[in-house]
Amino acid sequence: MQKLGVFVCHCGTNIAATVDVKAVAEALGREPSVVVSTDYPYMCSESGQNLIKDAIREHSLDGVVICSCSPRMHENTFRKAAAQAGLNPYMVEIANIREQCSWIHKDREEATEKAIVLGRAAIAKVLLNTPLTAGESPVTKRALVIGGGIAGIQTALDIAEAGFPVDIVEKEPTIGGKMAQLDKTFPTLDCAACILTPKMVDCAQNENIRILSFSEVEEVTGFVGNFTAKIRRKARYVDETKCTGCGLCTEKCPVKKVPNEFNLGMDNRRAVYIPFAQAVPKVARIDPDWCNMLKNGKCGLCSKVCTVGAIDYKQTDTVLEEHYGAIVAATGYEPIKVDRYGEYAYAQSKDVITSLEFERLTNAAGPTSGTLLRPSDGRHPHTIVFIQCVGSRCTPEMGKTYCSKICCMYTAKHAMLTREKYPDTDVYVFYIDVRTPGKNFDEFYRRAAEEYGVHYIKGAVGKVMPRADGTLDVQASDLIMNEQLHINADLVVLAAAIEPSKTARRLATMLTASMDTNDFFTEAHPKLRPVESPTAGIFLSGVCQGPKDIPETVSQASACAAKVIGLLSKNKLTGNPCVAHSDEWMCNGCSNCASVCPYGAITYLDKDFRMPDRSTKTRRVASVNPAVCQGCGACTVACPSGAMDLYGFSNSQIMAEVDAICK
Amino acid sequence: MQVNETGAFVPTVVAFCCNWCSYAGADLSGTNRLQYPSNIKIIRVPCSCRVNPMFILRAFQRGADGVILCGCHPGDCHYTTGNYYTRRRMTLLFSMLDYLGIERERTRVEWVSAAEGQKFAETMKSFAAEIAALGPNRRLEDLRCRK
Amino acid sequence: MQEMMKKRAMELLADGTVTRVIGWRRGEFSYDISPAVFEDAAQIERDFVWDAFCGANVSKYLIRESAKGRVLAFLKPCDAFSMNQLLAEHRVKRENVYLIGIPCAGKADIDRIKARGIDGVTGIEEDGEAFVVHTIYGDERVGRADVLAERCLVCKSKRHPVYDELLGEEGEDLPDDARFAGVEKLEAMTAEERFAFWRGELSKCIRCNACRNVCPACTCENCVFDNPDSGISQKAAADPFEENMYHIIRAFHVAGRCTDCGECSRVCPEHIPLHLLNRKFIKDIDELYGTYRAGEDDETKNPLTSFTEGDAEPAVVRKRGRA
Repeated sequence: MQKLGVFVCHCGTNIAATVDVKAVAEALGREPSVVVSTDYPYMCSESGQNLIKDAIREHSLDGVVICSCSPRMHENTFRKAAAQAGLNPYMVEIANIREQCSWIHKDREEATEKAIVLGRAAIAKVLLNTPLTAGESPVTKRALVIGGGIAGIQTALDIAEAGFPVDIVEKEPTIGGKMAQLDKTFPTLDCAACILTPKMVDCAQNENIRILSFSEVEEVTGFVGNFTAKIRRKARYVDETKCTGCGLCTEKCPVKKVPNEFNLGMDNRRAVYIPFAQAVPKVARIDPDWCNMLKNGKCGLCSKVCTVGAIDYKQTDTVLEEHYGAIVAATGYEPIKVDRYGEYAYAQSKDVITSLEFERLTNAAGPTSGTLLRPSDGRHPHTIVFIQCVGSRCTPEMGKTYCSKICCMYTAKHAMLTREKYPDTDVYVFYIDVRTPGKNFDEFYRRAAEEYGVHYIKGAVGKVMPRADGTLDVQASDLIMNEQLHINADLVVLAAAIEPSKTARRLATMLTASMDTNDFFTEAHPKLRPVESPTAGIFLSGVCQGPKDIPETVSQASACAAKVIGLLSKNKLTGNPCVAHSDEWMCNGCSNCASVCPYGAITYLDKDFRMPDRSTKTRRVASVNPAVCQGCGACTVACPSGAMDLYGFSNSQIMAEVDAICK
Repeated sequence: MQVNETGAFVPTVVAFCCNWCSYAGADLSGTNRLQYPSNIKIIRVPCSCRVNPMFILRAFQRGADGVILCGCHPGDCHYTTGNYYTRRRMTLLFSMLDYLGIERERTRVEWVSAAEGQKFAETMKSFAAEIAALGPNRRLEDLRCRK
Repeated sequence: MQEMMKKRAMELLADGTVTRVIGWRRGEFSYDISPAVFEDAAQIERDFVWDAFCGANVSKYLIRESAKGRVLAFLKPCDAFSMNQLLAEHRVKRENVYLIGIPCAGKADIDRIKARGIDGVTGIEEDGEAFVVHTIYGDERVGRADVLAERCLVCKSKRHPVYDELLGEEGEDLPDDARFAGVEKLEAMTAEERFAFWRGELSKCIRCNACRNVCPACTCENCVFDNPDSGISQKAAADPFEENMYHIIRAFHVAGRCTDCGECSRVCPEHIPLHLLNRKFIKDIDELYGTYRAGEDDETKNPLTSFTEGDAEPAVVRKRGRA
C-alpha cells in the first residue's frame, strides 16, 4: 500500500477565495492511500515547502499531490523540495486548482467540486508514478562545422575563440563559399574579399580550428554530446602539408582550357589550380578529369617544377573518423538553374547572365578584370536590364514559392555600381515588389532609383529575344503605366532564386535533422529556437535554414556558435527522464515508432530472447536513446502493441486520470 | 448523468491539452480570469500526439459526454511534427466514430496557442454548450458500463 | 495448377532451396481447408491441396516459420500484398522466404454454397465461369458470382507485388469502385441507422479473437489488449462497450497497414462484417491523403506515420456525410 500526502494551497486568497480549501483537503484525505491531507496559505513559501518535507519524512510518503497553481509555475519548486526530503522528485504531481479552477469559476461550490476532481485525478496518476532518474551523458568538447562559407567561418571562429576545437569540413578545395565570389556588399559597398579573406586567414591561423577542405561528411552516428562522424578527405593529388601555394605548377600546366568554376565558367584555369588568389588553404589541386598524367600517365610537368615535391599522383581518398559534441550545418545555397525559363533565353544568348555571373564580371579578380564587358563580344553594354524574381515567388511547378530575399538588394547594388562606373549606361530593373527591410536598405534602394537614375519598372518581362545585331529585345509590361515596353538591351541579368545546396538533403538524413519541403533545415522553434535543429546537438547556421543576406547570416552564425558553446561548456548533459521506452517483450520491431520520431531517437537491434521452453529466439526490437528522446510521445500511439510507453505520462497513468475525471 | 440545481443536464467534458501551447493557453485564460464551465476537466499531456485513441474511447466508456483535444497550431508544435500526426489520427478516428453512429459533435480538435487564452475559454464555452445541447451520451451510455 | 505447385514444391525441397513449404491441407471436411507446413515430398504428395476453398491467407504463418529456416510459400495476390506489408515491417526476413506467386480467380464461400441448399460437399472444381461442386448426392453446377466470397467479388488486384517466381499468368489491378459500396451504403444512412447496424453487429462479438489471430497485420508479439500496462487489457468483456473498443482499436491499429485481405470477416464465427471497419479507414485514407495501398511496396510511408502540412483538419468529419 502506497502512502500519499496531499497539500492544498490557498495561494493567499487566489485559490481560497473561490475554492473551499479545507473541504478539498478533507475530501482528498478520504481517498485511498492518502495518509496526510492538509492545507496551507502559501505552499511555495519556505515554510510551505518545509511542511511538505516534514510530512514526507514523518509519514515516509511514497508520493505527493500538491493542489496549487499551474505545474508550469511551481512543478520544479515542489520537485526540488521533495528531493530534499528524500523522495524521488518525479513522485510529485500537481493539481492545477488556480489557473484552471479558482480563477475561472465564480461559484464556490462548483469550484470546490472541480478542485476535488482534479485532486483525485492527480492522486490516481501519482499512484502509478515511478521514481525516475535523469540520465547523464558526457560531452565531447569539439564541434564540427559542415560548410566553410561565411556562415561556417563565423560560427567556427566564435566557437574557437571560446576555447573549443572546431573542424570545418568544406567540400570545395577552399573555404570562402559564395561570399568569396561576390564583388561588393550592400548596403555599405565594401568589397567582399576585403572583409571575408581576413576571416579566412583567421580560420587558418586559429589553433583551435582545423580546416578539412575538399572533404565531405559521409556518416554521422551518435547523439547530442557524443557524435561520431566519418569524413572523406578527397584526393587532391597534392600533399597539403608540403604545398606552399607558390603557384608555379599552375603556370606550367599545359592543360589550359578547363572552365574555371570560380568565375562560373566565364574563363579558363589549368588542370592543376588554386581556386583563387586568397584561397584558404592555399594549396593546389589537380583535376583528375583534365590532368594528362592522371588520365593517361603522360606529362608529369607539375611534379617536375614543384620544388617541395608536393605533387602526388598516387594520392587516394582517406576517411577520417572524429568525435564531436555538437554539429553545425552551414551548407549554404546555390542559385537555381535558369535554363528552364526559356522565355529569358539564358541558354540561347551569352549576354543573358545570372546575377552571380554579373558579380564576377564586375570583380577585379574576375574574367574581365573588373571591366563590365558583354560576354559575347567583349564590348561595353549600354543598356542593361535586370529581371527580378526569376524562379522566386512562383508556383511550385514553375520554381520556388518563397522569396529569395537577397535579390532586391544586390540588384540595387548592381544597378547603382553600374551607373556610377558607367554613367552612359541605361539601367532598367523589372520587379514584382521591391523588398528592402533591413538597416539602411530602403535608403540604399532609393539612392539607386533617385540619385543614380536607375529605371525601376513594376512589371514582368514576358520574353527576351536575341536579335540579329547582337542586342536583346526585352518585351515587358509596365504595370503602373499600363503599357507594353520593348527595350533594346545589350545585357540582361537574371536574379535567380536561391535554393539549398544539393548536399543538404543527404546531410539532413545523416543527422536525422528535419527539413521543410524546400529542403531548408527546419529550426527547433521558428521564433524561439531559430538556430537549433529539433534534433538535439545539431545547429543551423546561414542560408541552409532559409534565405538570408550576409549581415543576417553572420548574426545567425554567431548565435549558433553561442548555442554550441553553451553545449560544449557543459561537462555532462542531464536528460529529461520523461522519455519513451520500449518493452522488448512486447515489441515487434515494425518500425512504426521510428518513422514518427522527429529526433531519430529510436534504433532497432536484433536481440536474443530466452523463451519459456528454454529455446532462444532472435527478435528485432526497438530501443530508445534517452539522451536523444524529447518525450513527445508520438511513438506511443504509433505502436500497435503498446510496447512503447512514456515515463511520466504512461498509458496507464493517463487512463487513470481519465477514469478519475469521468467517475 | 449530472444535473444542476435547476435540473438541467451538466455534461462531463474531458480536455486533453498539450503542455507547450494549449495547457499554457488554458493557464493564460485563468490568469486573465476568463470564465468557462467547470465541468471541463483538463488532462495535461506532453504533446497532442501523445493522445491515444484508447484514451478517448476510455473517456466515453467511463461516462464522458464529450472529448476535446487541444494542441499547438500546425507548424508550431514544440516537437516540430507531433500535431501533424495528431491531425491525421484524430481525423480518421472521428470519422470512424461517426461511421459507428456516435454523434460527431462529441469529439473535437482545436489548435490553441499559449497566447490564445481568449480562444481557449471561448472554445471551451462553445464546446460545453454544444455537448449540453446534445444531451447526455445516450448512444454511448447504452454501450458503456454503468456501475 | 495443383500438380504444378506440388512439383515445384518438391523440386525446391529436393535442391535445398527451402527446408519447408507452406501450403494448404484439407481438414475434416473438403471445404475445411487450412494452411499447413510440409516438410517432405511424401507429405506434399499426400496432403497438399489447391482448390477454390483455399481462401486462407498464408502470409502470417511465415513470421513463425521463416524464423526457423528458409521456407517456400505459395501466395495468392492478396496474400502477396499482406506478405509485402510484413516485409516492410521487418516481421519476415526476405532472405528467409521463397515466394511463388499463384493466380487466383476468387475463392468460394462455403456458407453461400450451403445457402443454396447444397449439402454434403466433398470437393470443388473450377469450370470456366462456374464451379462444379461435388457432393455425396452428385455434382452441382453453380455460377461463380453466386458463391464467390464477398472479398473476391470485389477483388482489388490479381497482381503479385512481391514474388521470386510466378506460376501461371500475372494479373492486373482491378477497379476499386465495388470494394467501397458497402461502406458507402452505411455512410448514406443516418447516424441512428448506423448506430443500430453496428450495435447489432458488434454485440454479437464473443471475443474469440479469431479476427485478431488470423489477421496478417495483427502480428504483435503481445496484443495491447493482453498487456496489463496498457490499462485496457481484458480477457473477457466486462461490458458491451469493450467489444466496440476492441474492434475500433483493432481497426485503428491496422489502419494504413491493412491490405483488405478479408480474413477477419472470413473467420468470424458470428459473421460480423469486420472488413467494413477496415475498408472505412482505407476509403478515408484514400479520400483524404491520396490513394494508398498497404503492401504495394516497402518505401511509401504508411499514411498514419506521415503527413503533409496541408492535411485536412479533423473538423472535416463534421462537414462530410449525413448526421
